[in-house]
Amino acid sequence: MSEVAITTRSRGVARLARKNPLLAWGALVAAALIVVALAAPLIAPHPQDAGSTMHPAATLQSPSRAHPFGTDMYGRDELSRVVYGARVSLSVAGLVLIIAVAIGVPLGIAAGYFGGVVDNIIMRVTDVFLAFPALLLSLALVSVLGPSVRNAVLAISVTWWPWYTRLARGQAASVRGRQFIESCRALGVPRFRMLWRHVLPNSVTPLIVQVSLDAGGVILTAAALSFLGLGAQDPTPEWGLMVSQGQDFFTTQWWLVTFPGIAILITAMAFNLMGDGLREVLDPKRVLTR
Amino acid sequence: MLEVRALHVVFESVHAVDGVSLTLPAGPFGLGIVGESGSGKTTIARAVMRLIPLAGGSVLLDGHDVFRLRGGALRAYRRAVQIVFQDADSTLDPRMRVGPAIREALRVHRVVSRDEFGHRVDELLEEVGLESATSSRFPHELSGGQRQRVAIARALAVEPRTLILDEPTSALDVTVQARILRLIAELREKRQLAYFLISHNLAVVQQLCEEAAVLYLGQVIEQGPTGQLLSSPAHPYTRALRSAVPEIDIADRRARVVVPGIVPDPAHPPAGCRFNPRCPFVVQRCREETPLLRRLWAEHSVACHRAEELNPVLVSHGGRGQDALGQTPDNLGSIF
Repeated sequence: MSEVAITTRSRGVARLARKNPLLAWGALVAAALIVVALAAPLIAPHPQDAGSTMHPAATLQSPSRAHPFGTDMYGRDELSRVVYGARVSLSVAGLVLIIAVAIGVPLGIAAGYFGGVVDNIIMRVTDVFLAFPALLLSLALVSVLGPSVRNAVLAISVTWWPWYTRLARGQAASVRGRQFIESCRALGVPRFRMLWRHVLPNSVTPLIVQVSLDAGGVILTAAALSFLGLGAQDPTPEWGLMVSQGQDFFTTQWWLVTFPGIAILITAMAFNLMGDGLREVLDPKRVLTR
Repeated sequence: MLEVRALHVVFESVHAVDGVSLTLPAGPFGLGIVGESGSGKTTIARAVMRLIPLAGGSVLLDGHDVFRLRGGALRAYRRAVQIVFQDADSTLDPRMRVGPAIREALRVHRVVSRDEFGHRVDELLEEVGLESATSSRFPHELSGGQRQRVAIARALAVEPRTLILDEPTSALDVTVQARILRLIAELREKRQLAYFLISHNLAVVQQLCEEAAVLYLGQVIEQGPTGQLLSSPAHPYTRALRSAVPEIDIADRRARVVVPGIVPDPAHPPAGCRFNPRCPFVVQRCREETPLLRRLWAEHSVACHRAEELNPVLVSHGGRGQDALGQTPDNLGSIF
């Protein structure tokens, strides 16, 4: 019985991959990135180079067998730093999205389900946050809080949650009109339970898609902040920071910009492909706007 | 005893329900509410369940105004009165398995202690004729009839005295319909249920209800013991409804009445009697003066100016000895 279930499931995955190669590739690459991040100490040839070590004798070496991605201006192995960079980028994305979902979704669900005054108050506050250009607000916040990875996470989260409020509100408002909600009200299901057990589970599909799409966006934003010197600080191996540091040497030491740049590109693309694919698989009819 | 008094419900200036009064005594008792779509049947159901605001009138359970209940008293009302909707397809949460859906009813109203939930869910499923394995299914994995049984089990989980059955079978195949109706007949006796049975199908009402009220454009136009209402309808509209149901009409083929036209726009109901544009017996008075629901004899009321002249035999007999209260329960078994 369970064997049958497993074979049908794996067959299902295979069929899904054939039908939706973008999703399959996106998910595969995203999974590989997570593995790289988790296993960074095993994969990186020189784990200590992710920190503040210096090798004055080996600065700015071009890619070689010993240093496939070359070395930076402090002589640190670029490959090791790119590998460790996956940890930074993925955890920033994960944290930002957890915060954004944790704040945005409950507010949106409440606004959409209750409507009226509750909806008005929540959505006007949300509008205030949306009125600022996201990157500008993040920049302003970081320049007040001081540049660090933690503050970059906070700053990006502050600009990110309102989108989840909007999306969750729209979902909850449409779920509210469905008959099973009315039958739950007739049964006397309490409000909190209604939201948690009925409205949320029926609103969750587009939220999952959005989280996947946004992972790439958050990584790009974090890289942008670091590039501008307002995110991670040396010696943190952050891809945006590495590109920023490498740009002074770009004309002669191309590898310093190229490899972290490619890492950003691949990561952002993988999550975007996965999100697009998920959207198609989970609900072919729905068109998301963002 | 559940009472609806002078109920008014307004949707965007349309009087969906316009002064309806109904009384449902303690069970086992069935009160059928019959009417075409747009007559306000479902609106009455939703109002009784306190799902929509009233524009006027009241709903009373044992004399207490339901719309004034708060907190524990409201919870008690929800336990006492439950509803089964027309389309079980959409009344069950698509993301919740059958077991948790029924358990939710037990949990919300603390019907039994937590460790008895599983056992009680099985009992309820058995009571509505489903296997206990059904509890691990999602609604979309069930047939329409099974889903309706689940909806009934969920409503029964809180042990209500009164049910609102809002077209419980009209979304189902004919054979499945008959089984669900039989289930309702069984449960009614076993649990001593009183219910409003909302239907556009007179045959269904005849099977399951001692009394029936006919609704037209948000108003009760005729009400009485089901047997009497069907054997000697006093309102032209009831006659037309009856003759649309072949099983009931066999003895009376020649008198088949076809109502011309369709239900008028409820936003602009006709002046006078609301049925007058479609009534074959219309006279000038019908266009000017709104007929009130008045007692014709015994338990039988009608809202028609010409009821007596159109039904001379019935009036002279004064009730004709058709005791539906005694008659209907015997009928319950025989019709299936």
